[in-house]
Amino acid sequence: MSIKKISENQPKSFEFSEENYKEAEKEIKKYPQNRKASAVLSLLYLVQKQNNNWIPLVAISYVAKLLNVPYIQVYEVATFYSMLNLSPVGKYFIQVCTTTPCMIRGSKKIVSACEKLISKDQNQLSENKLCSWTEVECLGACVNGPVMQINQDYYEDLDESKSIKIIKDLLEDKFPTPGSAKERKNAAPEKGKTTLIGIKNA
Amino acid sequence: MLKDEDRIFKNLYNDFGWEIDKAVERGDWSETKNLINKGKEWIINEIKESQLRGRGGAGFPTGMKLSFAPKKVGSRPHYLVINADESEPGTCKDRDILRFEPQKLIEGCLISAYAISAHTCYIYIRGEYFREGQRLQEAINQAYKKNFLGKNACGSDWDFDIYLHYGAGAYICGEETALLESLEGKKGLPRLKPPFPALVGLYGCPTIVNNVETIAVVPTILRRGSKWFASLGKPKNTGTKIFCISGSVNNPCNVEEEMGIPLKELIEKHAGGVIGGWNNLQAVIPGGSSMPLLPKNICETITMDFDSLIKAKSGLGTAGIIVINKDEDIIKCISRIAKFYKHESCGQCTPCREGCGWMWRMLERMSKGEANYKEIDLLYDVTKQIEGHTICAFGEGASWPVQGLLRHFRKEIEKRSHEEPLIKKKSNIPYLIDQHLLEKDNA
Repeated sequence: MSIKKISENQPKSFEFSEENYKEAEKEIKKYPQNRKASAVLSLLYLVQKQNNNWIPLVAISYVAKLLNVPYIQVYEVATFYSMLNLSPVGKYFIQVCTTTPCMIRGSKKIVSACEKLISKDQNQLSENKLCSWTEVECLGACVNGPVMQINQDYYEDLDESKSIKIIKDLLEDKFPTPGSAKERKNAAPEKGKTTLIGIKNA
Repeated sequence: MLKDEDRIFKNLYNDFGWEIDKAVERGDWSETKNLINKGKEWIINEIKESQLRGRGGAGFPTGMKLSFAPKKVGSRPHYLVINADESEPGTCKDRDILRFEPQKLIEGCLISAYAISAHTCYIYIRGEYFREGQRLQEAINQAYKKNFLGKNACGSDWDFDIYLHYGAGAYICGEETALLESLEGKKGLPRLKPPFPALVGLYGCPTIVNNVETIAVVPTILRRGSKWFASLGKPKNTGTKIFCISGSVNNPCNVEEEMGIPLKELIEKHAGGVIGGWNNLQAVIPGGSSMPLLPKNICETITMDFDSLIKAKSGLGTAGIIVINKDEDIIKCISRIAKFYKHESCGQCTPCREGCGWMWRMLERMSKGEANYKEIDLLYDVTKQIEGHTICAFGEGASWPVQGLLRHFRKEIEKRSHEEPLIKKKSNIPYLIDQHLLEKDNA
């Protein structure tokens, strides 16, 4: 299990904005009436969305009240899942995949680029407080490795120079276009398709 | 080689567009009403005869799984749950189905839900696939607009709703009972079986959990007939499969091929060969990280289907092929996989929670040449202590890759660990040292 660091600077109160409250009600409606607890993950996501991508403890008790479940049930969910951040992350949160398929394709160089450009340690904000980075396990885009995820978007087919360029852009508060760095078409072979060649959409 | 017209996922690379109109042009949602009107028994029988096996890793016959749902709906509703929590390292096939062929999945959901008498379907998608989830939600909305979903879905007299549920980055939620726990809003800890989800699943109701690819091929099987599907591949290993080829190959890619295709053909023809040529091949992990690796001599002849790979003491798993050439350190590669399992263990069963860390630390030392040769047998023993002693199959998944390494690359480890026990080298390693020996040596 990964270790979850709970932030020392906790805000005093938390409440959904009107828009997010409506969104939360919509999420709760997906599940049977007496099974509101199912919406806990989507509500915690909404908290993250509203609160700069991290979840304060007051929000955990707020969500627990909203769903009518004990505080501990939301707390244990928040500490179990690795995508829920319990302490502040950068405006641009970079997740570098380092599992074997990406490792073979050279993810180590991306990690060292992050160490050099953003911060020496994972989960620490860069000097201008814009970026933070972390190593993650398989992101599920293995044939496009090495991959990194920035907030919600995937950056694929990276190499050292391209990842450095992306990180430098982010540090200047510019958001580079997601997708393949090699202008390769999705998960097709880079040097031309071997299947589905003459086929039409019918 | 499989003919292009026999491929099910024609939009695998998004050449034609994922939108519903384009999908309908490709033949999705044609005759859906007629297929449903043929009845539940016909649908399940047809899938049984096609010999379709689950694409999520275990390879359980899908027709049989669907038939486990109670025939009559009692006081509790039935549920269909789609497992889109694709997180097995080396596997990225479901991502492309969700992005580019969502209508195949949605249509498959409707038909299979009808077959098991479910009115509700939850698609559990991994949290990292946020954009893929947005795409899928859009596709679902489009299907609602065309009345393919909702009340009287597709004119079939069957009410059917699909909801999307995001996970939050836990590999263990790909295990079906852990997925159900997570869907109920709890930590993803696997449940003891029995009772099986088919009888007591989501919210205690009968639930069938299936992989994305399995459900997405169902409509095509029913339209083209079980005989067509069964004629592809090998007996009991029928049909087509999306293979993901990653690692040390020139053109890593996803490709849909016939089951039972030789591994060498897959790598040479579709993935542009091993980096440095075929002779530079060291080993291949054939089915996602939890399957034991195969050394080069087996890779020469092996065919990619469930039964042949089991004979070779490995498995097809999710068909995520990770190619490792001689430039890579094989012990380091497996050690990284062990680290993955250490990180992702849910912590419920002691053998797995503790053992995965032990395996990783030992392998890490072995890769650096800091291990004692006696530890090789100890490592094997640890894998055996984990395997079969856990609630879910994660224990096997964590220990098999290590066992595979020991089976085929023991000599490589011995070469690096031939030194006398560490203690005599006065090496300062803080873990797993016999304190008694340490004192003696110092004295």
